[in-house]
Amino acid sequence: MAVVSIKNKLRRGNLLAGNDPYIPTDFESIATVSVGSGGVADVEFTSIPSTYTHLQVRILGRTNRSDQNGDFFQTTFNSDTGSNYSWHFLRGDGSSASATGGTTQSMMESNRVPGSLITASVFGTIIIDILDYTNTNKYTTIRSLGGFDGNGSGEIYLNSGSWRNTNAVTSIKFTNSGSRTIQQYSHFALYGIKGA
Amino acid sequence: MAITYESIATTTLGSAAASVTFSSISGSYTDLIIVINGKTDTNTAYLAVQFNSDTGNNYSYTVIQGNGSTVISGRSSNNNEAIIANLGNPEFGTFICQVFNYANSTTYKTMLTRASSVNAYVQATVNLWRSTSAITSIKLQMQSGYNLLSGSTLTLYGIKAA
Repeated sequence: MAVVSIKNKLRRGNLLAGNDPYIPTDFESIATVSVGSGGVADVEFTSIPSTYTHLQVRILGRTNRSDQNGDFFQTTFNSDTGSNYSWHFLRGDGSSASATGGTTQSMMESNRVPGSLITASVFGTIIIDILDYTNTNKYTTIRSLGGFDGNGSGEIYLNSGSWRNTNAVTSIKFTNSGSRTIQQYSHFALYGIKGA
Repeated sequence: MAITYESIATTTLGSAAASVTFSSISGSYTDLIIVINGKTDTNTAYLAVQFNSDTGNNYSYTVIQGNGSTVISGRSSNNNEAIIANLGNPEFGTFICQVFNYANSTTYKTMLTRASSVNAYVQATVNLWRSTSAITSIKLQMQSGYNLLSGSTLTLYGIKAA
């Protein structure tokens, strides 16, 4: 296995003495889900280690919603489906900007990704930051940026959300509101960020 | 353990330039991030991107923008470049552009950007490049007739998923 020194970027074939020191990175990939043929109803990251300070989820997604251009991903933590979530977002649809939100919800709505009315090769993108996810003195707060463009259609969002629970986050689940299918080639990647 | 978030290339301009190109981009990452701290001739000139030297009308965007007094959303289609946002002048503007799953040959390519141009606006943009080709080069170019000025820095990072 080749290793690369963070210090000077030299690549070595091993960690034998005399090689440059290897320093683990602070931004690490934890898990990845690539949706296969037939799609899936939801994506869930479980058994999230508590060894990081923050988490980031990076999503490339699409559903089979057929009545609107876009479809929300809904987020829940630690299998909690109680009315413990709130969220709000700023949205641009290409012609006007709007803002909306929800309180005392059973899930947290994030950005919309394209459904089947949008050209098949178009996938939406979302970056979700979850700060201090292991801290048991705070509610969990997220922020996200996401959107899609369909060459004549599209939406872009800035979101924030709160999970009113002080438990450390150990699982994150993404579904959508209408029991629709997350399409093949969608991609969900979970990363951990270490503090000093 | 492989590096997850890695610097691929950096350019710091010592003189004005109309464009900067990152070429021969390895397909070994999952996402690309372009971090730009740049300045141009005027705060009304935009920075744009072309992928793989594609100058066809294969780019479009949707944007949301706040300019200090109003918030607006706009869209443009069938462009020959992916227009991101206006850069700064006299201050340096900051852009962080995220290109998702750039190496796959199945989906069109989407880029998300948060842009801050001090004397212009704060903006989020989503760009689409209607090509399923893997991205191997990225040309960052100023609006025709304008330049990136000396001191502008542009860095390309790769993020690799497990």
